[in-house]
Amino acid sequence: MTTTRTTRAPSTVAGGVGESTLRPDGIAKLKGEFDYAQDLRAENMLWGATTRSPHVRARIVSVDIAPALAVGGVHAVLTAEDVPGRGAFGLEHADQPVLASDEVRYWGEPVAVVAAEDEDTARRAAAAIEVEYEVLDPLVDPLVAESEDEVFRRMRIRRGDQETEGAVIVEGYYEVGMQDQAPLGTEAGLAVPDGHGGVDLYATSQFVHIDHSQVVASLGLRPEQVRAHPTGIGGAFGAREDVNLHIHLCMLALHTGQPVKMVYDRAESFTGHVHRHPAQMWYRHHADENGRLVRVEARIVIDGGAYASTTSAVLANACYFAVGPYRCDSVLIDGVGARTNNPPCGAMRGFGAVQVCVGYEAQMDKLAARLGIGPLELRKRNGLATGDHMPTTGQRIETPMPVADVIDSLAAMPLPGQDDEAPLPGGSGLTTERDQVRRGVGYALGIKNLGFSEGSDDYAVVRVRLTGDGAVVETAAIEVGQGLVTVLAQIARSALGVGRAEVRHVDTSRIGSAGSTSASRQTQISGGATLEASQRLRERILDRHDGDDLTDLGVVRDGEVVVPMAVLTTESWEETVTFRHPPTEPPDDDGQGVVHADFAVAGHRAVVDVDPELGLVTVVRIDTAQDVGKALNPESVRGQIEGGILQGVGLAVMEELIMDGGVIRNPTFTDYLLPTILDAPDVEALLIEQDGSWGPFGAKGVGEPPTISSTAAVIAAIRDATGKEINRAPVRPQDIAL
Amino acid sequence: MIVEFALNGEPANARVVTSVSLLDVLRDQLNLPGSKNACDQGECGSCSVVLDGSVVCSCLVMAADVQGSEVTTVEGVAADGVLNAVQEAMHAAGAVQCGFCTPGIVVAATDLFAANPTPSRTEIKEALAGNICRCTGYGAIVRALESISGEKS
Amino acid sequence: MASGAVPVAGGTDLMVEANFGHVRPENIVGLRRVEELREWDGRRIGAAVTWRRLERDGPQALAQAARTVGSPQIRNAGTIGGNLATASPAGDGHPFLAAVDARVELVSPAGSRAVAWDEFFTGVKRTSMAEDELISAVLLPEDLPDRHEFGKVGVRNAMVISTVCAVVTRRDDGRTTVGLGSVAPTPIRARQAEEMISSIGSPSGADLAEFARLVSAETTPISDHRSTEEYRRHAAGVLSRRLLERCLR
Repeated sequence: MTTTRTTRAPSTVAGGVGESTLRPDGIAKLKGEFDYAQDLRAENMLWGATTRSPHVRARIVSVDIAPALAVGGVHAVLTAEDVPGRGAFGLEHADQPVLASDEVRYWGEPVAVVAAEDEDTARRAAAAIEVEYEVLDPLVDPLVAESEDEVFRRMRIRRGDQETEGAVIVEGYYEVGMQDQAPLGTEAGLAVPDGHGGVDLYATSQFVHIDHSQVVASLGLRPEQVRAHPTGIGGAFGAREDVNLHIHLCMLALHTGQPVKMVYDRAESFTGHVHRHPAQMWYRHHADENGRLVRVEARIVIDGGAYASTTSAVLANACYFAVGPYRCDSVLIDGVGARTNNPPCGAMRGFGAVQVCVGYEAQMDKLAARLGIGPLELRKRNGLATGDHMPTTGQRIETPMPVADVIDSLAAMPLPGQDDEAPLPGGSGLTTERDQVRRGVGYALGIKNLGFSEGSDDYAVVRVRLTGDGAVVETAAIEVGQGLVTVLAQIARSALGVGRAEVRHVDTSRIGSAGSTSASRQTQISGGATLEASQRLRERILDRHDGDDLTDLGVVRDGEVVVPMAVLTTESWEETVTFRHPPTEPPDDDGQGVVHADFAVAGHRAVVDVDPELGLVTVVRIDTAQDVGKALNPESVRGQIEGGILQGVGLAVMEELIMDGGVIRNPTFTDYLLPTILDAPDVEALLIEQDGSWGPFGAKGVGEPPTISSTAAVIAAIRDATGKEINRAPVRPQDIAL
Repeated sequence: MIVEFALNGEPANARVVTSVSLLDVLRDQLNLPGSKNACDQGECGSCSVVLDGSVVCSCLVMAADVQGSEVTTVEGVAADGVLNAVQEAMHAAGAVQCGFCTPGIVVAATDLFAANPTPSRTEIKEALAGNICRCTGYGAIVRALESISGEKS
Repeated sequence: MASGAVPVAGGTDLMVEANFGHVRPENIVGLRRVEELREWDGRRIGAAVTWRRLERDGPQALAQAARTVGSPQIRNAGTIGGNLATASPAGDGHPFLAAVDARVELVSPAGSRAVAWDEFFTGVKRTSMAEDELISAVLLPEDLPDRHEFGKVGVRNAMVISTVCAVVTRRDDGRTTVGLGSVAPTPIRARQAEEMISSIGSPSGADLAEFARLVSAETTPISDHRSTEEYRRHAAGVLSRRLLERCLR
């Protein structure tokens, strides 16, 4: 219908973008009434448990399940031969056995699963299975693996003149240990058979559609026979992108015909999910006498463990961001994702960009020291800006790249005074007195891609409906605590002009994929879909009813309500949008191309107090400036920044899975140390908002940038306090004191 | 054996074997899943409850040993349906993300304010030293509790 | 216990074992609320006295140690008796008991007896208690030293198993004792270091350095996932020296 009527932009509604709207599930969580996967139950529910390999590498000679079947109350004991469909799963390659059959390749690899009347019985039955192993020599050194061509991927980046050399050259070797995501909620799930050969799965996850496709493949079912439901989850940070108990649960449910629940305990959780890749890096930075980077060479080896998971993408990320947010026209990066018998490694917040930042920021400080240039000044001289080319891929940067603003902001933030109230190193252990402390200050910048890369078809489907309850945003995009359910509703409110809006999760049968809750992508991509769907819905409503505005009252024309909301919502109004970010491409053989969808930069300044004689560290304060595009919910952004920074602090001074010949020595909270409230530094965050990103209202993802350079900044501060050349994360007391 | 005790102000009883924890009984038998199991060894505080006037990890309390005791869980810190001051403050400050640590923090913080209505920042932190949060970095939690220090709880 | 019953007070060690299925006690003896075990009469501390009470009311170095045990939740439940019964080499309360030559009172159907701390601890998580004995109290000597100071090295500011922990005591007449944890299978005293420094009324910097060196030399730490032998030796010496310096002020 032709019209010359112009529609008004939506009026500002309460609870729209830019506000620190309170999260809709907050009250339930505070009252202990929010259902997590571990809280679900069903009638006639059985409990599942897993039999795991006690060996790092072994051939399976025989599996005797009779002792388990003989335990009273056991309903099913399943092994590899009971897998109805594809025997393996995996995010990049389906190389990981659902249940091991010929060989176990890492400590704790699942060999069998059991369903029983109660959890205790299930665990006892799982322990009763007799597996005969022929123990084999494990391969646990990634450098040896590389030399034997046991690799998931080799990566090569060559950009610019490879003969260039700089007037000043600094070299260094750096290591990052294995960090764990350690979300407080462990892996948990409930699978409910539907009585017709299909199953409903409610499990901890970051990406229900990919769980669905792997369950379908391994169970040999038709897609419509499996429904994966977004379920309450106690954090993720990358640990839940891969399948862990999903296929096992569905197998047990279909085999027994009863609902089956499984919850990993903490040690099993450490064993049962992927970890951050340990990394070894050799760097050579060339600069001119003004500190401008002339050439960067790096060799990066990450240990992918026994199965592929996302090692290929993590390695790629590490290599693409191995120079950092700096200009450089001559680059050589060689990367290896090694295959060993260590536990499989995969996604953890930061995804490869964290490890290399420890290396390149140490190198930048070395250059600064060698040239007598201040650390921030050196970075300013080299910082990328919009219109520059990424040093590694050559990609022209089209969206905001406010490295200079980040640096200037950090420099302007006041340093704390010597605060006699700040906890001394050693805390209540009373090891240290004020005059035994040296204070240090360190800086680091980091860069991360947003969204998936290298030509991935990265999209999200969202449906927005206008109902008698207000706007409903339907999605399968997972909420892990980051506040997606808050911000999608805010976007819908602002775009529709309607104040009542909520997000409802629906399962894989009811909506298309939203992709993974990872890569800092959901606000931009599911948010982008929500924005577009809301805008289109509003246009269609106004077009249909010849209105110029939509508000909570209904359709408005010339200031009058012409269709009250109650009437409007008797009609069916919905819009489903698949939102894709600007396309990316796979790299050429030299790693060149428009590989990434968007970038975010952040800078951190760490202030630490160190007791050099005992090597104990207190992180006093971290100031940060972060490129966020547009803060759709400032308090949520601050929460992501403070939480991410503390994970970075953990990697800097206390978090490491200690491996011993492929066995994890500390799979407990007693000995895998997470920062407590007494370890948390004061944090001041400055949000840098610049237009230009393709995210809704210009928003950029904010979850990962806080983890990229916070670790490197703390290490730099420790170096400043001690004068020691620390080259690893985490820094242990003996690295400082001895 | 049957153990009888006061739970959130009401009489309760459960059938227990000797080694089962109070946490398991609360969650599995007494339909109070608010207390969470994140480590089962007293290292994270997610299972915190008040037992005979002190905050403890319910995963380390032998259920058989609460005969005649008083237990308060997160479900019992506030009067019917209403949030207490700690819960209100945490909600307003954005101190909840995934929420798995939240019940334990609510219990520990409520207990702190019951004993000391005007805790300093240091006292707040020391009272919560046994509660691990992996999402928030604790910043919003501290801001929330500081905001009600000095007010009536 | 001879009957096979397992004693439990706070449960902070036993329940960890039970939760992971390592023990499944059929019968327990609940000690948490046994009044006599909670009595604290001057130098006789009942076995069921919690770390919370010790934090508030204990002699200085024991109170300092109590403050570092676990978390507030653990301190509300955990007891000095439980800490002894578990006999971890890293027990935070043990260095104090060693440094003041405390005794452990044990009770059984046959009566009660008191054993010296170094007869009580026999190895890693092993004690000399008979099967039918319970710890009833810790007995501190009447005349505690004039000064005592505690310190614990750990990588985190709360809830951490000690890498090294120590108590140094000093009397006005110079007698010095050094109790150490996490540097041997049981808590130990650094006797040579004690002997050397006890005869020096005003130790110099060089004396203190030698003292630290002797302490280090008397430790027999291991390397494990928490720390290395080398660091533990080093930290034991540094910590002991600093604690002595505080005693000398």
